[in-house]
Amino acid sequence: MESIELKHLWKEYGNNIVLEDISISVKSGEFITLVGASGCGKTTFLKLLLGIETASRGQMLLDGKPLKDEPDKHRGIVFQRYSVFPHLNVIENVMLGEEFELSPLLGRTFGKKRREIRQHALAILKRVGLEDSVHKYPSELSGGMQQRLAIAQALIKNPSILLLDEPFGALDPGIRADMHKLILDIWEETKITIFMITHDLKEGFHLGTRLLVFDKYRIDPHQPNRYGATITYDIPVGNTDNRTLTEITSSMLKEE
Amino acid sequence: MKRLINQYPNRKGKILLGLIPFILFLGLYVFASHERLAVNENDKLMPALTTIVDAVSKMAFEPSKRTGEYLMLSDTTASLTRLGIAVCISALISLIVGILTGIIPKLRASISPVVTTVSLIPPLAILPILFIIFGLGEVSKIMLIVLGITPFLIRDTQLRVMELPEEMIIKAQTLGANSWQVIIRVILPQILPKLIDALRLSLGSAWLFLIAAEAISSTEGLGYRIFLVRRYLSMDIILPYVVWITILAFAMDYLLRKLSRSVFPWQLVPKGEG
Repeated sequence: MESIELKHLWKEYGNNIVLEDISISVKSGEFITLVGASGCGKTTFLKLLLGIETASRGQMLLDGKPLKDEPDKHRGIVFQRYSVFPHLNVIENVMLGEEFELSPLLGRTFGKKRREIRQHALAILKRVGLEDSVHKYPSELSGGMQQRLAIAQALIKNPSILLLDEPFGALDPGIRADMHKLILDIWEETKITIFMITHDLKEGFHLGTRLLVFDKYRIDPHQPNRYGATITYDIPVGNTDNRTLTEITSSMLKEE
Repeated sequence: MKRLINQYPNRKGKILLGLIPFILFLGLYVFASHERLAVNENDKLMPALTTIVDAVSKMAFEPSKRTGEYLMLSDTTASLTRLGIAVCISALISLIVGILTGIIPKLRASISPVVTTVSLIPPLAILPILFIIFGLGEVSKIMLIVLGITPFLIRDTQLRVMELPEEMIIKAQTLGANSWQVIIRVILPQILPKLIDALRLSLGSAWLFLIAAEAISSTEGLGYRIFLVRRYLSMDIILPYVVWITILAFAMDYLLRKLSRSVFPWQLVPKGEG
């Protein structure tokens, strides 16, 4: 199975160190939640995993092979917003991934191929509970439904890793609970490796199998960017004592 | 009585309020024209409405004695053909160049400075060059319009492409799209309605360049006719021609707007709840 190995990863912009010396090894099928104060590098970390930022130093290996430094179909993503295409209706949004693969020139399929893709897309839409909105455009969907669509869209490519960048941050609490159930069910069925950023520690503990906390060990008050953030806690979810919890909470609420 | 800032006209009221300035203006014209003609019945500056109607019916509904053509129709066809060809060429060029420079950073680095420079050249200043190179025929007039509006359209298209949320472009790549597929399935369909909007804005300049070119060298066309009859102070022809050009411009704008809404219905769908 696909394991992910990160070795001594650094991300610097000139003198500004964002991430320092991150090493972590992730087994296939883990559900990892990332928490930390804003500006502490968890988004940069996700961008490195996604391939839209390149590490200054260090290695990222998927099954022993370096991860490409541009986005590809092995890594699915759901952003907080703009994850779906406004000019395509629900089913077209989901079909798109397969159409790219089968039609390099037009990115569009016809006839029998199209019907097969459609069946596949319908099955996935049913899985995320959007079977009644197949012909709607994204702007006709509620925020929660748009995120369901974004997840369905990513699933059609069977990615090895699913990256979620605060996917439920903009949703109402009730809808958020539904989405938690959905993502946990999908994770159990597909055994996909998930990395999810959240600013909600409770969400992090509830969903993941492993929680990573990003923070800076050292701070130079005269040069706040002299030291970068790193993983300060790497906790298997389920055995956390209250003291650790309080410590993490205070590190997340810390002023920049 | 509500405050003025809280009073809204209903549908009928809105139309009526919109018509008032036009009616007032027309009334003012009729009055002034009447006063002037009372002093000097040969006054050409503000012909009476009846004179204008006569002139229009002569231009529009009677074949010309010299050529046997309906002049207003042949003028309109000539002008609209030039305008239409030029606008289509400009739209096509700006779509291709704008999308490519918008999404491919290396092309942008190479082409953007040229486009910016060209867009700063006043098109009318190079009209003589166009006449020298392309002759006095149709090509130079079309070229003037194309040169006049294309740089703006390219820059606008490029900006619109760069404004598309980065998330969308990344998402497409995670779905396995290559650069070409991103362009035709993600960018092109979202840019087309925006190009139509930009075209609507550039129609004003397109008309300006058309009439300028026709005024200088032509044998037919709306601009040509206006400048021709200017020699005889024929306000009875110039005024209705100006009105006609305005109506045509309005109609083109309206049609483009309708086209955009019917071809790209996803733009108009109401926002969903929360």
